[in-house]
Amino acid sequence: MALLDKFSLMAAQYAEAEAAATNPFSVVLDQVLSPTEAVINGHRTLLLGTNNYLGLTYDPDVIAKSAEAVQKFGTGTTGSRIANGSYDGHQRLEQSLAEFYGRRHAMVFSTGYQANLGIISTVAGKNDHLLLDADCHASIYDGARLGQGQVTRFRHNSPEDLSQRLRRLADVPGDKIIVVEGIYSMLGDSAPLREFAAVKREWGAYLIVDEAHSLGVLGDAGRGLAEAAGVEADVDFIVGTFSKSLGGVGGYCVSDMEGFDVLRVACRPYMFTASPPPGNVAGTLEALRQLRARPVLRRQLNDRGRQLYAGLEGLGFSLGPEPSPVVSVILPEPQAAIEFWKRLLDAGLYTNVSLPPATPKSLSLLRSSVSAAHTAAQIDYALGLFAEIGRAMDFIPAEPKAGRRTAAHR
Amino acid sequence: MDNSVGEIRDVIFETMRSLLRHPVELTDQTNIANDLGLDSVAVMDFVMEIEDKLNVSVPLDRIAEVQTLGDLVETLHNVLSNA
Ligand SMILES: Cc1ncc(COP(=O)(O)O)c(C=O)c1O
Repeated sequence: MALLDKFSLMAAQYAEAEAAATNPFSVVLDQVLSPTEAVINGHRTLLLGTNNYLGLTYDPDVIAKSAEAVQKFGTGTTGSRIANGSYDGHQRLEQSLAEFYGRRHAMVFSTGYQANLGIISTVAGKNDHLLLDADCHASIYDGARLGQGQVTRFRHNSPEDLSQRLRRLADVPGDKIIVVEGIYSMLGDSAPLREFAAVKREWGAYLIVDEAHSLGVLGDAGRGLAEAAGVEADVDFIVGTFSKSLGGVGGYCVSDMEGFDVLRVACRPYMFTASPPPGNVAGTLEALRQLRARPVLRRQLNDRGRQLYAGLEGLGFSLGPEPSPVVSVILPEPQAAIEFWKRLLDAGLYTNVSLPPATPKSLSLLRSSVSAAHTAAQIDYALGLFAEIGRAMDFIPAEPKAGRRTAAHR
Repeated sequence: MDNSVGEIRDVIFETMRSLLRHPVELTDQTNIANDLGLDSVAVMDFVMEIEDKLNVSVPLDRIAEVQTLGDLVETLHNVLSNA
């Protein structure tokens, strides 16, 4: 038996994707023209699957701050903060995040994945219990596996199921730590956080919220779902990423937890990896400043999300449960998603394919995400392609439902 | 409820039969991934159905060790006996 035979099922799926000439899992963006356009396979292509929520990757000030920091501090930090020292930018970014969230502590990680890996694996000790939403991101499940706590999975977005499982653990010693997300990356739905917070209080548990897709998207100040739901005081740790709304790379955790700083010498995914590079840190700081100073970006983003959702719904596509900047079309099987994706790409529209087991309930998804940088006309253009190709592939009825074109448009 | 191995097996087999679209013969030796084609998330979803019926939570590291339906019967029996 060959070493990689254990991946035979996955390899078959990958081969199937490969056979589609362009493989959704190995697309190359030859040139990126703006937050919403790139050259792919030699064609100018509209980007509708980048998670670039606020469109800040090409903001002149973000670029200027980033370039200035590279000039001043060099390209890389060449080591970890514990072994090789922190840079001024790391500390300023942490102060800025703590101030933004109104919390005492902030800690910056090299990626969002590592922020989850680090916090979740460290705060849950050997006799503690992690309770993870069934649809939580891989980084949360990996963090749980890296740590020594016992892991229980509860039904997606079900405070009742969570409560039931906490009841079963009521007489078992150890702390109980709940993990949910602000906006779920696959279907764009949000957690019923007020209800989860009530369950958390009832059972004396701790609560971690991953705001990876909701930072800069939800809440009047853009702090995410905890702010929007009015339960920030109940959330013990907020984890997030710089790689989506802030257009950089890196992750963070903010908290008011007593003794938080000990995590810097206890958390292996923080200690044993190089710290984020100066240019990236400076760009992220400026992007965070803009997230706070320009609430109009949030409004534009959410308008575009609603426009896309209403448009696709009007066309008759089956979608996730609620509008958000993440809008996913549910398709009957993986091959349908890959073929649809491919035809859209050939027509000049880039989206994402998401397949089981990365998706909830074994769904095959064609996932889109909008940006504040998209114009209403770009979303209309995308909807036109969805309509044309969706009809040609029989995913939606031939005739549009009455009134769809005006659904969410100004 | 009396959670004998036989009863646990009945619940597991019955739940799996209603999940599969076509009839398949199930035994303790049936391999959940290879014979039934469930991926890692589908296995966890399946176990969640069983958990509801038997009113129990199975820790994920225990689920990760399960390969056959017989393993699952044994795991649930152990978890329920220690509850
Ligand atoms: C919910 C969630 N958490 C964490 C991450 C990891 O973030 P990053 O890509 O910055 O490592 C992602 C996305 O990749 C995500 O969707």
